[in-house]
Amino acid sequence: MAKTIVEDNIDILVCGAGLGGTGAAFEARYWGQDKKIVIAEKANIDRSGAVAQGLYAINCYMGTRFGENNPEDHVRYARIDLMGMVREDLLFDMARHVDSAVHQFEEWGLPLMRNPKTGTYQREGRWQIMIHGESYKPIVAEAAKKSADKVYNRICVTHLLMDEAKENRVAGAVGFNVRTGNYHVFKSKTVIVGAGGASNIFKPRSVGEGAGRVWYAPWSSGSAYGLLIGAGAKMTQMENRIVLARFKDGYGPVGAYFLHLKTYTQNAYGEEYESKWFPELQKMVGKEYLDPEVSHRTHRPIPTCLRNHALINEVNAGRGPIHMVTMEAFQDPHLEEIGWHNFLGMTVGQAVLWAATDVDPKYENPELTTSEPYVMGSHATGCGAWCSGPEDVSPDEYFWGYNRMTTVEGLFGAGDAVGGTPHAFSSGSFTEGRLAAKAACQYIDDGKAEGIRVSEQQISDRKKEIFKPMEHYKMYRNEITAGEVNPNYINPRQGLDRLQKLMDEYCGGASVNYMTNDKLLNIGLKKLRIMEEDLEKVAAKDYHELMRAWELKHRHRTSESVMHHTLFRKETRWPGYYYRGDALKLDDDNWHVLTVSRRDPNTGEYTMEKAPCYHLVGDNE
Amino acid sequence: MPTFVYMTRCDGCGHCVDICPSDIMHIDSVTRRAYNIEPNMCWECYSCVKACPQHAIDCRGYADFAPLGHSVRVHRDEEKGVIAWRIKFRNGKKDMDLLAPITTKPWGKHIPKLSEVAGPTKEQRDSQLLYNEPKYIRMDDDGIHTLEKAGLKMKAGVYY
Ligand SMILES: Cc1cc2nc3c(=O)[nH]c(=O)nc-3n(C[C@H](O)[C@H](O)[C@H](O)COP(=O)(O)OP(=O)(O)OC[C@H]3O[C@@H](n4cnc5c(N)ncnc54)[C@H](O)[C@@H]3O)c2cc1C
Ligand code: SF4
Ligand code: SF4
Repeated sequence: MAKTIVEDNIDILVCGAGLGGTGAAFEARYWGQDKKIVIAEKANIDRSGAVAQGLYAINCYMGTRFGENNPEDHVRYARIDLMGMVREDLLFDMARHVDSAVHQFEEWGLPLMRNPKTGTYQREGRWQIMIHGESYKPIVAEAAKKSADKVYNRICVTHLLMDEAKENRVAGAVGFNVRTGNYHVFKSKTVIVGAGGASNIFKPRSVGEGAGRVWYAPWSSGSAYGLLIGAGAKMTQMENRIVLARFKDGYGPVGAYFLHLKTYTQNAYGEEYESKWFPELQKMVGKEYLDPEVSHRTHRPIPTCLRNHALINEVNAGRGPIHMVTMEAFQDPHLEEIGWHNFLGMTVGQAVLWAATDVDPKYENPELTTSEPYVMGSHATGCGAWCSGPEDVSPDEYFWGYNRMTTVEGLFGAGDAVGGTPHAFSSGSFTEGRLAAKAACQYIDDGKAEGIRVSEQQISDRKKEIFKPMEHYKMYRNEITAGEVNPNYINPRQGLDRLQKLMDEYCGGASVNYMTNDKLLNIGLKKLRIMEEDLEKVAAKDYHELMRAWELKHRHRTSESVMHHTLFRKETRWPGYYYRGDALKLDDDNWHVLTVSRRDPNTGEYTMEKAPCYHLVGDNE
Repeated sequence: MPTFVYMTRCDGCGHCVDICPSDIMHIDSVTRRAYNIEPNMCWECYSCVKACPQHAIDCRGYADFAPLGHSVRVHRDEEKGVIAWRIKFRNGKKDMDLLAPITTKPWGKHIPKLSEVAGPTKEQRDSQLLYNEPKYIRMDDDGIHTLEKAGLKMKAGVYY
């Protein structure tokens, strides 16, 4: 029987140390030099999370030092891209600190490219700077290791512990070691959740052996959302999933291609196609949100979702595939090299795919396609927890004491975990971790974490729950001769397939052209409820499968929240991300608001509300 | 893409097992060598490939869309601070060597140990500043951004 290991008296527990979590662990040591800081991470922090392969760009850098941009410029940009729906206080706060994170990275040894003429960092676009970032993750992990008292790798955190002395206050977390099966109990005054976004919730375009080739990492299991929702934290903008236009099959990133290499798209017949879809689209979303003339004149970006919309419609009109025109740029050997380095630095699989299919972008324009939807909060989308902002920026509705604290006391978030903060990316997620860490130290110093009590009952109940899939397997596997088909259980893969299929078909996935409506969503919710019963009967034959079982449960909880939010927002706010067939227009009269949900941990009931969407910065620069 | 391990090169050291973010490189109990237990959860992130001291791991394009006969190999050298790639096309027409730096400093040396730096003052605690700010934001002496400084006020335009 595997052991129970209790780590007591932790001040700050970091659950999931990707970019947000490493930032949190690093910074916490400064504000809490005497505090006990512990990391619990599902993989190995040297190569975990979305940045495991590295990155070729830091997508959020102001360059205030070089007079390039100010924080308010970035708020404006993110707001335009997300059709107005952002938390401007959180964005402003992230943007005013993000440069300091990036400058530290450079001091630590991360190779940032420099523009030889100006001496500034090499810009890819207005917000992006280019890096040789193969070792981005090991470098930030090194910083986290220097600050943390202990790093527990290979711990899949399954639940947060709740205080039994005071309602709605966090008391730590529990999980298990995916190799030894040991049960781990972390008793902590505060918890910072940095467990990342969610891939593999909607059926991916890839199939069979290639099913792991998704855009966001396949190990992004929605655990940030599963943990937070499970603890009763309020969530926001969970309907705001993202669809990405990427190189077909390999999901290779396009940022450097568009911005730096100046490649562009065209339809199968060599025609520009975007602009012709815009007049119709303008009727759907209104002139404030799409005005190609103004965009052209002022370089105001066209929102990512609306560009997706044009691509999707062009393909549906029978003029696919869409091609990225690389043949011009790649004639320059320097640009060609950058094009390849860009993949090797962050999506090696795209390089493998072109080598395997003899696609040489110098002589052939590669295909693009739109991906299945992803649920996350740090890229061009803002799913996540409803968090307090900083005191000096946030209006009352957005402020309840501690920066980046969720609506559960002592429970903080960073990166994908925090809602309403799109366009944070790697650097912004790291920055959010730092902000959360400082606030968590303040929370403890203010005496807010006194008298926390966790009963043995809570600890042993969770243990039973966590290992149940293995018990279930042992109980029923001998009822059948062999194989995986059993009337008493499903395995995690079978469960994942079911989840992906129903999210795809009922919640606006790729195979239904991102379309859904109230009827479909209600059927989807019913199916998710029944699936929850089956999740009580999921079986795991070993600890690895037990991890997959808990990833599935977190993905299921995330999906349920997405479904409720999508049903609540009765409009089509982001055409190109998803469509509500029963409300095909953007509706500012009723829906210029942020959506906020809470799942009652005792009853499982959801309550939905509208929260005000404050605009702190004016339209014009 | 999904990884596989050459029988003659692997010595079962377990580096790949230790690093794989998807927890899918495991040691086979019979051969005592590593293999990918769940190829359809492999992101071809190359973390294991880079970590293998024997260069025993390689990737073979996903069977469902990548034809056989290509190769993308890598050698990562932390001491020298570089990574070297070689990409060979299936039709043999392209064979590229690419080299990139991975760090500009000796590994880990320039990351401060925050338990040993001078701790924050009360003013810093009560301010919006983070470690080493505002110096690290601006690399000069200017302060942090506030709404006031940016000439901003809480704006109307809120719809319920
Ligand atoms: C292909 C791709 C390209 C990108 N390109 C760029 C780019 O060019 N520039 C840029 O700035 N950003 C880029 N990004 C975005 C960037 O990677 C993310 O914004 C950032 O990593 C989010 O940080 P995070 O901490 O929220 O999540 P992550 O970095 O994903 O970290 C989550 C962590 O939580 C752990 N975890 C998960 N579940 C559990 C659990 N149950 N228990 C314990 N631990 C758990 C994970 O193992 C991981 O370590 C890209 C992302 C991808 C996938
Ligand atoms: S790192 Fe290489 S040699 Fe070591 S077990 Fe893995 S494949 Fe074998
Ligand atoms: S390529 Fe990445 S996901 Fe695949 S086995 Fe290696 S480390 Fe794991």
